[in-house]
Formats: sequence, structure tokens, C-alpha cells
Amino acid sequence: MRSIFTTGAAALAAATILSGSAFAESHAALSGDLVIFSDMSNPAPRAVMEGMVERFGEMHPDLNIELTIIDREAYKTQIRNFLQANPPDVANWYAGNRMLPYVEAGLFTDISDLWEEGGLTETLASTQASMTIGDGIYGVPYTYYQWGVYYREDIFEELGLEAPETWDEEIANCQAIIDSGRFCYTIGTKFLWTAGGWFDYLNMRTNGYDFHMALTNGEIPWTDDRVRATFANWQQLIDMGAFLENHQTYSWQEALPFMVNGEAAAYLMGNFAVAPMREAGLTDDQIGFYQFPQIDPSIEMAEDAPTDTFHIPSGANNVEAARAFLLFVTSAENQTLINGGDGLGQLPVNSQSSVDDDEFLNAGFEMLSQNSPGGIAQFFDRDAPAEMAQVAMQGFQTFMVDPSSLDSVLDRLEQARQRFY
Amino acid sequence: MTMTAMPETEIAAPPRRFRQQAIAPWLFLLPGLLFFSVYVIVPIFQSFQISFYDWNGLDRPDGTSTAVYVGLENYRDLWDDPDFWTSLRNNAIWLVLYLLAIPGGLFIALFLNQTVTGIRLYKSLFFFPFVISQVVVGLVFTWFYDPTFGMINELLGLVGLGPVNILGDTRYATYGIIAAGLWPQTAYCMILYLTGLNAVDPEQIEAARLDGAKGPKMLWYVVLPQLRPATFIAFVVTVIGALRSFDLISIMTDGGPGFYSTSVLAFYMWDVALSEFGFRMGYGSAIAVILFLIMLIYIAGFLWKMYRDEKGV
Repeated sequence: MRSIFTTGAAALAAATILSGSAFAESHAALSGDLVIFSDMSNPAPRAVMEGMVERFGEMHPDLNIELTIIDREAYKTQIRNFLQANPPDVANWYAGNRMLPYVEAGLFTDISDLWEEGGLTETLASTQASMTIGDGIYGVPYTYYQWGVYYREDIFEELGLEAPETWDEEIANCQAIIDSGRFCYTIGTKFLWTAGGWFDYLNMRTNGYDFHMALTNGEIPWTDDRVRATFANWQQLIDMGAFLENHQTYSWQEALPFMVNGEAAAYLMGNFAVAPMREAGLTDDQIGFYQFPQIDPSIEMAEDAPTDTFHIPSGANNVEAARAFLLFVTSAENQTLINGGDGLGQLPVNSQSSVDDDEFLNAGFEMLSQNSPGGIAQFFDRDAPAEMAQVAMQGFQTFMVDPSSLDSVLDRLEQARQRFY
Repeated sequence: MTMTAMPETEIAAPPRRFRQQAIAPWLFLLPGLLFFSVYVIVPIFQSFQISFYDWNGLDRPDGTSTAVYVGLENYRDLWDDPDFWTSLRNNAIWLVLYLLAIPGGLFIALFLNQTVTGIRLYKSLFFFPFVISQVVVGLVFTWFYDPTFGMINELLGLVGLGPVNILGDTRYATYGIIAAGLWPQTAYCMILYLTGLNAVDPEQIEAARLDGAKGPKMLWYVVLPQLRPATFIAFVVTVIGALRSFDLISIMTDGGPGFYSTSVLAFYMWDVALSEFGFRMGYGSAIAVILFLIMLIYIAGFLWKMYRDEKGV
């Protein structure tokens, strides 16, 4: 009796010690305050962020987590102040050139050692390049989403059309849609960036990913003939009347009802457009998705997939906890959880996570993992420096409204390129 | 002893009281002066200073600035920047057209200056647009102008005129925004004139009527001169209103379409320095300096006129 009891107790004690040491290894006991500033202010992302903090807090009972959620638009200007005056331990931001000013000023910490130690170089390999500037890696991604053409499957069926794969099919489809009294594409360019998406795709299909990156890095003049070729393809669609009329007056949300009402057949957009389409009453049978068609068969397909990120500001006080939080955010398990349909409804960045069973997420995941050999771009306004992005997107809008302004637009962009780089 | 002490205190008292009188106003002014200098005067000179730098607004963690001294380059860039001239031209258009609110307000005020049942209700209805926020005014007019569903195109359609996209056309967009701004501004001028009309001397009106004055002549020679204080205030607030046009532009067109076609200097300054894509603090400051100098001319003229008027009286 007694011996059994003692051995049992000893085994129990040994088990506690074992599990205790395992616990200590994976989660070094964290204490103090962890201050997080987040821009995930829309309802679904806010719930995701709060859920992550709650679960991380349960793992580290001694850690006091202070989460501040700031309106997503306001955050874009506030980050400049708080990174300098009142830096948190963890902050949200975006990948690519969007983080360059902060990296150059030394306001984000280089965490390439964390990428090595945590094995992120393997699990997050697909997004490593977008987090790298020079020799350093300055943050971790937590979600990304595909861009592509969302179209009205029922309208395509009614007209007997198939999702296009080549530019000729695209033009033929578009002509059929216009003949039926609709616009091929809805778009709202009041806030400019939607036109940036069109330019990204047309340029990556016409000239390829490497050319596109060189152009957004300021290495190629905007008056180059290859750039003109991109605009020529664009003009082909504009001259047909493919785009929604008066698009310069609408935001992207205001352009959505035209597709819902069947006045336009498709929308080149990020995956975040699916949720409002469903809310507006379109069923999954009515919404289809296809990859932006090929223009030049000799050019490898490349895609836009903007990545949202977490960073450790260099003024962080509790670096240890911040690093643990970043590992937690990018872990396969957490990635599966937060990117699911009832969370962000986007793509997980960790290659060991599973994608939620959703028609569009599956399509996007397949496209980005198998059918984007050329590369993955962030988005025009994240790949190009902010000042250049602003003037270039104004140029795209001007061109879309009046294609005859092409020469003056390209001259303006070229002047801007010479000034900003 | 007491006799000699008394006069002494009496002699000593006036200087102390005098000193008190000299210090007291400054003490009362101190908080105002302090805040005015910290939040207005100092930033003006800071703007001058920053305008000589190329700076994205960021400091390194050790406190050193990333700014690079470029001398007058920001001003040279401004001179060659077509967007700057577009904004300046729009500023001028705003200043001129916004003054239409003054005659507009005057005529509504004259129209409402009568005793009819329920006139108070009509007055408040006319004053209503000034009470609602500029952002709401902007939104309402944006829907009004909407090229697909907007009321203005429905009306034009009735008389057989084609749809017009006012805010989407670089030629009309600025005028469209000014029209939206005139709506509340006219209401403001109206209320100023309504109070002014209360102070018009009925005896003078009576005398003028006996002399056979009526209609426009009565208005021009008898009523308007008496409304001069109201006109002056209306002019000042309208000019200030025209320079404050930022919110309407931001809501209705966001500076577009195209290259800043509806922007004014204040909006352009904000967009290059403080917006999502704005990282050019030096350039923004250079615009602020130019804007400041333009305003300085106006303010100096205003002060000179006030000084002359006071001296004349």
C-alpha cells in the first residue's frame, strides 16, 4: 500500500518536474508589462486580436498585457508619433517598402536571429523576402490575402462565357459582356489605390515581376517603352468601355453595388471584398474567382498578396515578451485559428497551418502556392515609396479617365521618380 | 510719531498701487500669452526652420533627426510643382466665389425680415445648414451630385440634358465643392444680417421714404450703410471660411480627381506632410510658409483698415 503510494507520488512529482521543465523551455517565464499597439480595428480583426492576447495571457499568467487598438486609418499617421515618443513592445504595420522609413530611421528592431532560432525561415519562407530590408528582417507577418478577379458566375453562364486564361479570351469575354449592356469591371478610384491594383497586374503580366519591382524601386524610367506597352494593354480595355463609368467618384465600397446589381460583371480586388459581396446577398454560386489572365505567355505569372505584420519597435521595454508574442502569433496552430472563416478569413502565413475550407481561400492558396512562379508582390502602394505611390496612382486615375493624357501623365511620373529616389 | 508715520504710508502707497496696476494685466494675460506662444508663435518659426530641410518626420531612437539640410530646394521644387499652382489657383477661386455668400445672405435676410406668422420657424430652417457639420454637408452634396443616382442628374434628365459628373470632372469639381460650401456659409451671413437689420434706425427709413426713396435705392443708400458692421464681420468670416475649406475637399473629392485638381494649399500641405502617403515634412512646411505669407498680407490689410477706422472715429 505504502510503497505503491510513494512510487505513485514520486512518479507524479517526476511528471510535474518534466512537464514543468518542458513548459519553461518553450515559454520562458515571462513577467512585467507587454504593451501592444494594434491597427486591427474592424470588428472581425479586433476580435481576433483580443482573442490572441487572451490566449497568450493564459500561457503567461505573470505577464500583464496592455492592448491598445487604434482605428486602422488613424494608425497610419499615429505610428510616426508613438514609435518615437512612446514606443510599445509590439506594433502592427505592413511589409515591403511601407516599413522602409521606419527601418531606415532605426525604429524597428532587426529580428533575423528570432527568425533563425524560431525556425521561421522555414515555416514563413514564402513571406521572408517581403520582411527583409538589406541584411535584416524587421518583423513577422500574421496574415495575407490574394488578389484576383471576382466575377458573377451567373452572368458568365447566362452569356455562355468561361473564366478567361489568356488576354484574347479576356478581350472576347469583355466584348460579350459590353454587348449585353454591362460593364466588364466595376472599380472605384476615388481613393486611387484600386487603380494601383490594375496597374500591378497589367504590368506584371506584360513585363514580369522583376521589371515591376525594378520600376517600383525607381530603377526604370516611367517613359520606358515597356511601361507604355502596359498602358497600351490598359487602354485597350478602357477604349472598349470595360470599366465602370464615373469610377473616379466612387470608393471601392461604393463601386460594389454595381456588381451586386448585375450592372458590372467582375471586380479586380483583394479577398476582403468577398465578405461584403456575401453580405449584399450574393451566394457563393453567384461569385466566382479567377486568376488575372496571362498576357504574354513567355512571362511567368506573379501575384499581389499584401501582407500585414507585427514588429518590435527599437524602444520596446519588454523585448523578451515581445519576441515570445511574435513566435506565438506565427505558430502553425495560431495561424490556422486566426485566419479561419470566423476569424480574419484570410490566408495563414505559416506553411504548416491549414487553410479554412472556403471556396475563395482555397482558390487563393492554390494560386499563390502553385501558380505564381514569377513572385509575390505586396501591392503598388507598398512596393513603391509612399511619395511615388501617391503621384503614380493619381496618374493612373487620370489615365483611366482620359487615356489621351498618357504622355503628360508619364512625364509627370518620370519627374516624380527623379525627385523621390 | 504717529503724525509723521501717517504721511509716510500715504506717500508710499501710490507707487505700490501703480505697480499693481501695471502687473495685473500681464498676470491675466500670462496664460493666454504662454499658450499662444507655445502653440502658435513657436510653430510658425519651426515651420520656417523645417522648410529648409528634407525630412520624413522621423527621429532615430537616440534622438537625432533624419533631416537633411537642403537650403531653398523645397521652395525651388514648389515653383516647378504644377500641383502647387493648381492649389494656389483653387485657393483664389475659393476666395472670390465664396464671397457670393455675402449678397446671398443679405437677400435671404431681407426676405425674412418681416412679420408673418411662423417667421421664426422659417428663420431657423434657413439657418439650419450652418448648424450641421461640414462633413455632413459634404456627404449630402456628394450624393446630390452622384452621376448615377444623384438628384441633380435626375433633374437634368427631366429637361433632356445629359448626365454630368460634377465631382469627377476636373473642370467642374472645385465649383461643385464651393457650391456645397456656400450653402452653410450663406446661412451664416444671413444670421449676421438679420441681427444687423434689427439695429437699422426706423426713423431714417421713414425719412428716406418721405423723400421718395424705395427699392434698390433705399437699400443701397439707406439700409446698406447702416449694415456696414455686419458686412464687415460677414466678409471676415467668409474669407476665413474659404481658407478653412479643407474638410469639404477631403470628404467630397479627397483632392482629386487626377493630380490634386480640387486641392487648395491647406489640403496640399496636409497631403504631402501628414496624410497616409505624406512623408515630406520639409516640403509641407514650405507650403505652410507660403500660405502664412499670403495670410499675412490679408491680416496686415485687415489690421491697417481697423487702425484707420478707429483713428477716423
